[in-house]
Amino acid sequence: MIIYSLTFYLFSTVAVFSALMVISAKNPVHSVLFLILSFVNAAGLFVLLGAEFLAMILVVVYVGAVAVLFLFVVMMLDINFVKLREGFLQYLPFGLLLGIVLIIELGILFLTKNFPNTSTFKEDYFSNFSNVENTKLIGSVLYTKYFFLFQVSGIILLVAMIGSITLTLRNKDRSKKQVISEQNTIKASKSIIKKKINLGEGI
Amino acid sequence: MDITLNHYLFLGAIIFTIGVIGIFLNKKNVIIILMSIELILLSVNINLVAFSTYLGNLSGQIFAMFTLTVAAAEAAIGLAILVAFFRNLGSIEVQKINKLKG
Repeated sequence: MIIYSLTFYLFSTVAVFSALMVISAKNPVHSVLFLILSFVNAAGLFVLLGAEFLAMILVVVYVGAVAVLFLFVVMMLDINFVKLREGFLQYLPFGLLLGIVLIIELGILFLTKNFPNTSTFKEDYFSNFSNVENTKLIGSVLYTKYFFLFQVSGIILLVAMIGSITLTLRNKDRSKKQVISEQNTIKASKSIIKKKINLGEGI
Repeated sequence: MDITLNHYLFLGAIIFTIGVIGIFLNKKNVIIILMSIELILLSVNINLVAFSTYLGNLSGQIFAMFTLTVAAAEAAIGLAILVAFFRNLGSIEVQKINKLKG
C-alpha cells in the first residue's frame, strides 16, 4: 500500500505543478505542453483508481485531440503574446485571494462531511470487480442504462463539428471550388475552339 | 498512510482552484482561459472517478465520459470562435470580443 500512496503523491504533485505552469507560463506553447503533462498525470491517477478505460480515453481524447488542437491554434495564429500578458500582476492579488478563499471553503466542505463507505475501497471494489475488466463493466452500463445519454452525446459532438466548420469556413468568393452542375452541363462547343493554323504561322 | 477519498477530493479542489485563478490572471488571453476551463473540467473528472471508485458505483465513470465529450465539443467550438474572431480583428483580446456580435 505504501507504493500506492507514493505513486498517488507523485502523480498528483506533477499534475498540480503542471497545472500551475499552464496558467503562469509566458509562452502559450509551453502552456499547452504543460496541459498535456497534467492530463497524462491525471490519466495515471485514473489507473490508480481502477478506471483504466477512462484513463486511456483521457489520453486519446485530451492529449491526442484537444491539446493538439490547442497547439495548432496557438501556432497558426500570429498573436503578440507579450501584449496579452499586460495586467497579469495587476490581477494577481485578487486572483490569489479568491483562490485561497475557494480552496479553504472546499476543504472545510470535504473535512466536515463524512462520505459513506470511503474506507471500503480495497475490500469492496477490487474484490467485486477485479475479475471483470473495467471496459466490460462500462459497456454493460453505458449501452443499457445510459443509452439515451450516449446518443445525446453523439448529437452534441455532431453539433460541435457542424458549428466549428461553419464558423471557420471562409467566404465562397475567396476560395476556388468545383460547381458540379456547371461541369455537368458544359458543352464541347463552348469549351473547344477549332482554328485553322497556316503553316509557318502562330495563332 | 492510506489514500482516502479525501485525498482525491483535495487534489480535485486544488486543480479546480488553479483553473479559476488562471481565468482571473490571464484576463486578456482567450487561449489560456480555454485551457483553464479544460483544467476545471479535468478536476471535475477526477472527482467523479474518485467517487465512482470509492462508492463502488460505475455511474461516476459514465458521467466522467460524458463530461469528456462535452469538454471536447466545447474546446472545438471555442477554438473555432477564436479563429473567427482573430480573422476579424487580428487580436484575441477578451475586451474587444463584443465586436463579434455584428
